[in-house]
Amino acid sequence: MMGRVLPVLAVLVALVGLWYAAVAPMNIRGALDQVERAGVEVSPATPRARLDVGAFRLMVANPGAIPATYGLERPRLPTPQQVGVEFWKTTGAMVARGRAFSKRSLIYHGWITLRSTLWGFALGTALGILGAVAIVYSRTMEMSLMPWAIISQTVPIVALAPMIIVLTSQLGIEERGVPKAIISAYLCFFPVLVGMVKGLRAPGTDQLDLLKTYSASGLQSFLRLRLPSSVPYLFTSLKVGIAAALVGTIVGELPTGAISGLGARILIGDQFGNPLAIWSALFAAAILAGVLVTLLGWLQALVLGRMGMAR
Amino acid sequence: MSALGLSVLFWLLAWGVNVALARSRFHGMWPARVVVPVLFGLAILGLWEGWVRAFDVSPVILPAPSVIAARFAAETGLLWEDFRQTVLKGALSGYVIGVAAAFAVAIAIDRSRFLTAGLLPIGNFVAALPIVGIAPILVNWFGFDWHSKAAVVVVMVFFPVLVNTVQGLKEASAMQRDLMRTYAAGYLQTLLKLRLPAAMPFIFNGLKISTTLALIGAIVAEYFGSPIRGMGFRISTGVGTLSIDLVWAEIAVAAMTGSVAYGLVVLAERATTFWHPSQRNK
Repeated sequence: MMGRVLPVLAVLVALVGLWYAAVAPMNIRGALDQVERAGVEVSPATPRARLDVGAFRLMVANPGAIPATYGLERPRLPTPQQVGVEFWKTTGAMVARGRAFSKRSLIYHGWITLRSTLWGFALGTALGILGAVAIVYSRTMEMSLMPWAIISQTVPIVALAPMIIVLTSQLGIEERGVPKAIISAYLCFFPVLVGMVKGLRAPGTDQLDLLKTYSASGLQSFLRLRLPSSVPYLFTSLKVGIAAALVGTIVGELPTGAISGLGARILIGDQFGNPLAIWSALFAAAILAGVLVTLLGWLQALVLGRMGMAR
Repeated sequence: MSALGLSVLFWLLAWGVNVALARSRFHGMWPARVVVPVLFGLAILGLWEGWVRAFDVSPVILPAPSVIAARFAAETGLLWEDFRQTVLKGALSGYVIGVAAAFAVAIAIDRSRFLTAGLLPIGNFVAALPIVGIAPILVNWFGFDWHSKAAVVVVMVFFPVLVNTVQGLKEASAMQRDLMRTYAAGYLQTLLKLRLPAAMPFIFNGLKISTTLALIGAIVAEYFGSPIRGMGFRISTGVGTLSIDLVWAEIAVAAMTGSVAYGLVVLAERATTFWHPSQRNK
């Protein structure tokens, strides 16, 4: 255990160190503008003159301004600490005040995103499994569906996203979660389809023949043999699928003028020039992805353990 | 109603031909493998056309494929300009830089077991994150032109390629490595002659994932600011000005670009990893 955790921790610490080191050159211009307005002498004296000077030369020329780079209100690159504080302000602190689901709370926006993600995940998984069954049992379906399933994934969904939103709103669907769920289902069905086709084909000819000698019907051999042996493949692709579904929801929120959801927080943070809001929403999305994948990993271990398939 | 009837008839016909082809003894040959999916696609386009015409769907909601094709043909100059801005400048340069960087980092950390053990879980985790969200930050850092789009693409393709390459470099078995040692092969020779070829199936897996991600990254980044050209820019303004047929023409360009790029990677994979079990008998 220790041997696996230590390298990860070391790399994480190194990354955070790099981040802190990068803050000063990234923010030096903003910090110089700020201290200049406060009346401190800086060189070169005007923002226009500073444009032609590199960030590192500015740091050497104005060492006094470097501490200010770590405390800007609207930094180009915030420090991890600033992001953490902002994240706490919009999650834990809101909970402490009993306003966990206020519109300014990331928990509320995370919940909106999570809901669409789960709907899209359910829809995409169902479509993926149905498609896989059709492909395994019908050669016509395999020959016509499989190439299009692959092509569908090479189509950048973000190009389609605005159209899906236009279409659903014209069809009279008011619920804002629907187009997002469709987009995440679109991204999520493919890994499930591919994994399930592999899983349903996992039983060898000898096993299928054995069931035939038992005079098992098609349905019986599906339920007793093909379905159980596809479960490990299913879980592997579900983990990929849920991450894809979350990406889909956030992509669905980004270009569409959505007002709630983590993607919308990113969009609003961008429009109002509030980088801290973008960063904390990004962190919330990362945590959400981590939690979802971990939960599915636990479920996988539990189910496979019960089925006697644990590796 | 005749348009709808015609398209349904065409669909049923195409279906019948497909079933017959799939059941015939030609089903394994390549003409059948091409004809069946193409017929399937044409049937869907036919249904779309018939449905739009029969129910008189407003072109603001869903234009018919024929209208989109006409607009496509009329606007090739504009589409080419957008294609150059988004794909050739943004996505392609980002893709090349990102893949090269990931490849270099993978080879660099591969010699240290500690770094591999530390970076692989993190890389796997980051590869599952919705990285597209950093698009507004990078547009803010690198400006509105294609440089910021390339930067988004670099970050998006980096982790899938890194993780797959590191995984692939572990692929050569201890036995094979020992054999190389008995040949007195050095590190570089072992890398070039044994481990990189053995890693190729994994690397190509990463490259395939990355081709789609690159297009997604370049288009999303344009939603956050772009000079007045580019596919993402045209799509978002097209939705706003209700020139939906132009939006669909851009989508068609994006779809074709994605498919061709994927196809090129697959061709390169077949040429490089012809020895791998998954590529035999093809």
